Amino acid sequence: MNKEKIKITGIDLYYGDFQALKNINMILPQNKITAFIGPSGCGKTTLLKSLNRMNDLISDCRISGEILLDGQNIYENIDVNLLRKRVGMVFQKPNLFPMSIYDNVAYGPRTHGIRSKVMLDEIVEKSLVRAVIWDEVKDRIKKSALSLSGGQQQRICIARALAVEPEVLLMDEPTSALDPVSTSKIEELVLELKNDYTIIIVTHNMQQAVRVSDKTAFFLLGEIVEYRDTESIFSMPEDKRTEDYITGRFG
Amino acid sequence: MAKQTSFILKSFVMAATIITFGILLFLIGYILIKGVPYLTPSLFNMSYTSENVSMFPSIINTVLMTLLSLMIAIPFGLFTAIYLVEYAKRGNKLVEIIRLTSETLAGIPSIVYGLFGMLFFVTYLGWGYSILAGSATLSVMILPLIIRTTEEALKSVPDSYREASFGLGAGQLRTVFHIVLPSAVPGILAGVILAIGRIVGETAALIYTAGTVAKLPKDLLSSARTLSVHMYTLSSEGFHTNEAFATAVVLLIIVLLINTVSMVIARKVTKI
Ligand SMILES: Nc1ncnc2c1ncn2[C@@H]1O[C@H](COP(=O)(O)OP(=O)(O)OP(=O)(O)O)[C@@H](O)[C@H]1O
Ligand SMILES: [Mg+2]
Repeated sequence: MNKEKIKITGIDLYYGDFQALKNINMILPQNKITAFIGPSGCGKTTLLKSLNRMNDLISDCRISGEILLDGQNIYENIDVNLLRKRVGMVFQKPNLFPMSIYDNVAYGPRTHGIRSKVMLDEIVEKSLVRAVIWDEVKDRIKKSALSLSGGQQQRICIARALAVEPEVLLMDEPTSALDPVSTSKIEELVLELKNDYTIIIVTHNMQQAVRVSDKTAFFLLGEIVEYRDTESIFSMPEDKRTEDYITGRFG
Repeated sequence: MAKQTSFILKSFVMAATIITFGILLFLIGYILIKGVPYLTPSLFNMSYTSENVSMFPSIINTVLMTLLSLMIAIPFGLFTAIYLVEYAKRGNKLVEIIRLTSETLAGIPSIVYGLFGMLFFVTYLGWGYSILAGSATLSVMILPLIIRTTEEALKSVPDSYREASFGLGAGQLRTVFHIVLPSAVPGILAGVILAIGRIVGETAALIYTAGTVAKLPKDLLSSARTLSVHMYTLSSEGFHTNEAFATAVVLLIIVLLINTVSMVIARKVTKI
């Protein structure tokens, strides 16, 4: 059951001269939710983006070490586009395209070669249902996606990510821009998705980490201070710095 | 004290606005009053004679010249801008050079383009005074404008769109052509409108490349005068000042029409 989905070994990452990640080692188990927590600027987003090579887009970014996805090194001999299809991402701010809801969700499948309208219709509906937004938008999926509320947009973003049938879902503070109601909707959704996906979620909200995640990693200045089961890390932190952070006594 | 300053500032702003608008209205009014009475149907006859200086051939020539120039300049300009913004690495030397060159070219007076066009297209390539030589010259002239406005339009597309597209496994090509370019269309169109304005209003660059023959062209190698050149010739000859004003009215209407049409198109394109 506890299969290793992603294995990270000795990752060092530099932006120019600045070292943003220092010797990261961790194993992300399949069909579990792992939370990344830590103060601003400690490298959570950076590590997340290393997992689907979104860092490639930054010109002065250098990375060394090894990241294995199902045993395969993702920085060697791999089609980056296929990697990103397998490892989907939901960003901090909803970033829908200025198109209809339908076209947003269908963009991924179309990118990967699906042309049949029947199939696209089916994928779009299935993805929107999975993201628990179908009932709210089914009457206007041909309308602009940008007219929706922030919480709805973020769920469409999740639907869009699900539409390419990824294996891993990276979520970078998916609820930081949302109200409590939308937030709890997305948390329920994340828990629901756990059965089919391996999920990694960055959050600044301790309660959220406790509510949704199985494992938690605490980051500080580019290093992992502690990485254990969520329950034990929050009830009995081993490191003084972790304790200070989760009890809110930090900076 | 602060109140006084703000009052003075406000008055200045108001005055500047009123004066600007006043001059513009005066100009348009003056042209209309001087030109409209001479807008006779015979000015739109099929052919030009020295008694009846019909502007119809010039209108057709203007349309042809504009379309041809845009057909040459838009592809080059668009792809150059796409390369500069989406493909070239930031801080690349070549990019800096291209950018500097195009910025310099944008500031050169059009008569210089005319001279270049005459020496290169007309003489060296042997195209003679022709629509082809004229529009080639004009496309060189508007290229920097198209490149710069397209660059700005591409840069103003939020990076989050690109991130989202790459994040779904789309490649560079698909991201540029399906996401970035459609979002940039209004900005690009704005550049094209400016370019059309420059083409329609151009005389200096055309007199020595396309010539001043006031006939409908037989082919692309025929000499042809555009409306602006027509107007310039009429007023410099001095026999047909009234008709020159009538031409100005038509020119004004054409520019207004182009602006409205492109605005409608831009709105259609951005709306889903
Ligand atoms: N493109 C970049 N170029 C240079 N430095 C960067 C870049 N992106 C991030 N950094 C730096 O790397 C460090 C880690 O950034 P990162 O975005 O991973 O932090 P984070 O933990 O996600 O923070 P937050 O909680 O605020 O999102 C920061 O010091 C940041 O300034
Ligand atoms: Mg972050």
